[in-house]
Amino acid sequence: MAGIKVFGHPASTATRRVLIALHEKELDFELVHIDLKDGEHKKEPFLSRNPFGKIPAFEDGGFKLFESRAITQYIAHEYADKGNQLLSPGSKNMAILAMGMEIEAHEFDSVASKLGWEQIFKNFFGLTTDQAVVKEEEVKLGKVLDNYEARLGESKYLACDHFTLVDLHHIPVIQYLLGTPTKKLFDERPHVSAWVADITSRPSSQKVLL
Amino acid sequence: MITILQSQLLPPPPIKLRHSSLLFSPSQHSRPNLKFTSKSSPSPPTITMASIKVHGVPMSTATMRVLAALYEKDLEFELIPVDMRAGAHKQEPFLSLNPFGQIPALQDGDLTLFESRAITEYIADEYSEKGEKLMCPGCNKVKALTKVWLNVEGQQFDPIASKIAFERIFKGMFGMTTDPAAVQELEGKLVRVLDIYEARLSKSEFLACDCFTLADLHHLPVIHYLMGTDSKALFESRPKVCEWVKKITARPAWAKVVDLQKQ
Repeated sequence: MAGIKVFGHPASTATRRVLIALHEKELDFELVHIDLKDGEHKKEPFLSRNPFGKIPAFEDGGFKLFESRAITQYIAHEYADKGNQLLSPGSKNMAILAMGMEIEAHEFDSVASKLGWEQIFKNFFGLTTDQAVVKEEEVKLGKVLDNYEARLGESKYLACDHFTLVDLHHIPVIQYLLGTPTKKLFDERPHVSAWVADITSRPSSQKVLL
Repeated sequence: MITILQSQLLPPPPIKLRHSSLLFSPSQHSRPNLKFTSKSSPSPPTITMASIKVHGVPMSTATMRVLAALYEKDLEFELIPVDMRAGAHKQEPFLSLNPFGQIPALQDGDLTLFESRAITEYIADEYSEKGEKLMCPGCNKVKALTKVWLNVEGQQFDPIASKIAFERIFKGMFGMTTDPAAVQELEGKLVRVLDIYEARLSKSEFLACDCFTLADLHHLPVIHYLMGTDSKALFESRPKVCEWVKKITARPAWAKVVDLQKQ
């Protein structure tokens, strides 16, 4: 059976990024569990799918990809006619989307995923949260969210007036942070708070939660 | 301050000037806007009505990324210097162009963009008929492969390589000392990435496919700086990587970007 396969872990933020996109597009797929505890992602055969040894990897009928944000973009373009629209037509609109995706990847994710790591994932591995790091990263996140607050005062979603990949890419990390004290940074900014409530209540966002 | 520095230091430290050809002159803020057309030789610039404006400085890796794409596309543009030493990038009017306070920003008519990798993608897309093709030609599957390697540069290569450039070059410019332990650790990570590039370039002439694309172009500014340091050994010791570096840095469009630094 060819078709779409995702090689990853249901708790991984990058894997969820891809799964949410697939749900938005109402696509059938198989999630192949990669055993992270066993280091399966750092060995063959997984390395042939992603030589950087990171989940997820993706396959669509023999066509192989890695890097979650490349995968979601492929899904959005290849299946443009299915499910929900995740893009915005025209090169200027796509440029705004590209900009939003870069901001998520470089400005938001680097800080937000450190906060997720410190407050949640470290605990899974028996390590202690470093509160000094949390404090420092929250200051940085606050500045990014101030920019988002201004943007969302002018636009219903980050790139334009409908939900796109730009909003989608944020969902998995935000879902985790809502379960930590960092939640307050989102709550205390009204436009950001409304946007978070909106994007995390989408059926596809709900589907990836364990 | 240069874009690399932005991500490392919050808030920016007081700057101690060292005399260096890499530093811009005190008259930066009063220098007239520089108009460039890639069809003419670097000096003197021709006076044209350019609809594309780039706000940045030739020293900045992110600005260089955008300039490279514009030259590859033979597009006319105006480079508007931003007085980093005066903190112009952290104040209005620049913040209206990029609220994150980082160069470059680009204006094309009434469109304003920031994030260098989004700008280059826009240039490649909007001006797809002009100059060099910077995306793999073909269907969605082929384009997706370019996106994979664009993400690899942005997520796997650049975070490590730009920190090395920061340690080896930019720290010195601001009166700080290179941390050799940090360099060693970072180089240990970079070699793992370059081993993967070596394998990839044994199967493909350029990173994404057999033609030069944005995936290769995005690497140019940081590689340019690292090739002027001891870290160049990491690239030179891997034959396919070495060949690829030589190819991409020899491109005429890139030479024009490097030339701008000398002006």
